[in-house]
Amino acid sequence: MAEKLPMLALSPTMEEGTIISWKKKEGEKVEMGEVICEVETDKAAMEYESPASGVLLKILVPEGKTARVGEPIAILGEEGETLDLETEEQPKVEAQPAEVEGASKSSIEKTPEKAEKAHETTVEEQSKRLKISPLAKKLAEEHGIDVSKIKGSGPGGRIIKRDIEAAISSTTLTPPAGIIKPAIASAETSEIQEIPITQKRKIIAKRLSESKFSAPHYYLRTKVIVDELMKTRRILEEETGMKISFNAFLIKLVAEALKKHPRINASWGEDKILLYKRIDIGLAVAQEDGLITPVVRDCGSKGILKISEELKDLIERARQGRLNPEEYTGATFTISNLGMFDIEEFTAIINPPASAILAVGKIHDEPIVEDGEIHIHLVIRLTLSCDHRVIDGAVGAAFLQDLKRMIEMPLRTLL
Amino acid sequence: MAMITFREALRQAMDEEMARDERVILIGEEVGEYNGAYKVSQGLLEKYGPERVIDTPISEEGFTGIGVGAAIAGLRPIVEWMTFNFSLMAIDQVINNAAKMLYMSGGQFNVPIVFRGPNGPAECLAAQHSQALQSIYAHVPGLKVVAPSTPYDAKGLLKSAIRDDNPVIFLEAELMYSWKGEVPEEEYLIPIGKADIKREGKDVTVITYSKPLKSVMEAVDALSEEGIEVEVVDLRSLRPLDEETIYRSVRKTNRCVIVEEAWPVASFGSYVGWLVSKNTFDYLDAPVELVSMEDVPMPYNHTLELAAQPTTDKIVSAIKKVLYL
Repeated sequence: MAEKLPMLALSPTMEEGTIISWKKKEGEKVEMGEVICEVETDKAAMEYESPASGVLLKILVPEGKTARVGEPIAILGEEGETLDLETEEQPKVEAQPAEVEGASKSSIEKTPEKAEKAHETTVEEQSKRLKISPLAKKLAEEHGIDVSKIKGSGPGGRIIKRDIEAAISSTTLTPPAGIIKPAIASAETSEIQEIPITQKRKIIAKRLSESKFSAPHYYLRTKVIVDELMKTRRILEEETGMKISFNAFLIKLVAEALKKHPRINASWGEDKILLYKRIDIGLAVAQEDGLITPVVRDCGSKGILKISEELKDLIERARQGRLNPEEYTGATFTISNLGMFDIEEFTAIINPPASAILAVGKIHDEPIVEDGEIHIHLVIRLTLSCDHRVIDGAVGAAFLQDLKRMIEMPLRTLL
Repeated sequence: MAMITFREALRQAMDEEMARDERVILIGEEVGEYNGAYKVSQGLLEKYGPERVIDTPISEEGFTGIGVGAAIAGLRPIVEWMTFNFSLMAIDQVINNAAKMLYMSGGQFNVPIVFRGPNGPAECLAAQHSQALQSIYAHVPGLKVVAPSTPYDAKGLLKSAIRDDNPVIFLEAELMYSWKGEVPEEEYLIPIGKADIKREGKDVTVITYSKPLKSVMEAVDALSEEGIEVEVVDLRSLRPLDEETIYRSVRKTNRCVIVEEAWPVASFGSYVGWLVSKNTFDYLDAPVELVSMEDVPMPYNHTLELAAQPTTDKIVSAIKKVLYL
């Protein structure tokens, strides 16, 4: 019966060998112990002696070519045996998984097809069998880890405790392994300062990652002239004798624009979209150890003075860290203003459950061409981030256009 | 506390029990005039006289049978075998009479007897005189089997063995006789059937008993320098076995290595391995490892003799194996 002759390890450290020359031709008789080819190893040229007597039926690795140890280089059999060449043409492809079962892998038997199939089944069954330690299995069940997606680090790919622990920690707080690596090699760890993660930082990380990874963001930018708004603000401040913050104006005007575009004041609910009747606008406020978004409730039915007053109180308490949870959760729309840091424009991450956030840049002078002439105006740049699952591009753009027009001429809120 | 040898701890235990109960006698080869082949019974003949410290001819089956008969008749004999290799001559008396009598007499005859002596290899004693036979005795229902590893445990357990109403196999080792350890002046007993945690740790449980404890502790000390914390469970008693202590430890560490001085086939350690696999299956993160003697008659050549035993190196590599290191 025909058998494959594998590349042998002809030196203790040899991993592959190159056939220098074949001493026998295909069809030639070979005695056991006779040299059939010369092999160049990592050390020297060695003679390959035939392990059995027979006829060299087929040379699989021609002169000058290389085979890894264990890969078949030729087929030895009896005179007159025929070969199914198709299955023998690609020795390399076969050689890899077959090595375990090399003995049963003689595909030039009388019934090659059957042998082939039987062999494939066993290999397949073996690779399907999941190797996992009892403890790892129990841990995976307790934490709802899908073990079929885990690559075991134990012998033979066995999944063990540390693999499950790694999977648990990567599904909770830390980002998937491999994405974030320290920028400095471990030898220089003295150059790295570790800051323990506060609960607040964990929540910020979790909520914003969730938002950015699950809500498909798109961004709309526009430039808004605020001369008129600043004038209005001055007039109202003079009349009331009170300071009214710019953000209060923005909140009021956004609320008015939202009334006209209720699709913006909404949430993605997986199998439904939730439209909110009440307009609750959050304003991102920086804190020493993070940020927080106090919410002014029902902005649609409140006057600018009330909004300004509430906002002042909320911001003050936010900076002191004295807000109650219900005062900084559940905004239906969010505004983030980095104008005080001289930022001209930026994009913000949507703050769930809202579906849009408005990023506001600094108020500054800018030359603007109007009717062929250059005029200097006070300008802000707005960037609206929208969740495309809820707000399509045209819907978001229409809202932003209305908002722009209201800011440029606050009288339009009367329309 | 006084530092005394294992040998002295055994002598103190027999001395105290002989003083406490005049039914306790010592019988065996060289136990009297020669003060014991390993000097364990030093001074006992002088103190208790030839009626209670009895030198016998070289006739293991004979004096073991006399001991069993004396126990049935009401005495509490300590039978000293010069080594457990010679106990093979007397094993019929142990298995068929001592171990069975209570059962076959329907509870009428207790056999309160202790069979004690050195077990396992010493040095260059060759194949017939280097055998560790605890698995054979632990195999037999009706026997208790005790195997201490320190002078403290040896004294407390031997006293309990002498007071026990059942036949107790008490395993010592020639090389252990000169080991020293702290033993208190005041009297104490250690109950048979309680394991002892010789070192607490969280990473891996090593279960052992008797002489290999020393190699285990050397391995544990070496590994602690690598930050590996090994918990060492010293069984002290094979029958009855303190299973709960074993399981509690393995549930904590999720890994188990058993180290014993015995051939691996059908050994006591392989029985413990089965118990651990069966009863802590869901807690195991690696297969249970067994470090035993090699499955060969003990070579006379000293290098081979050492290589046939559970060495510190073998223990370290087994521990690393279950830790996947």
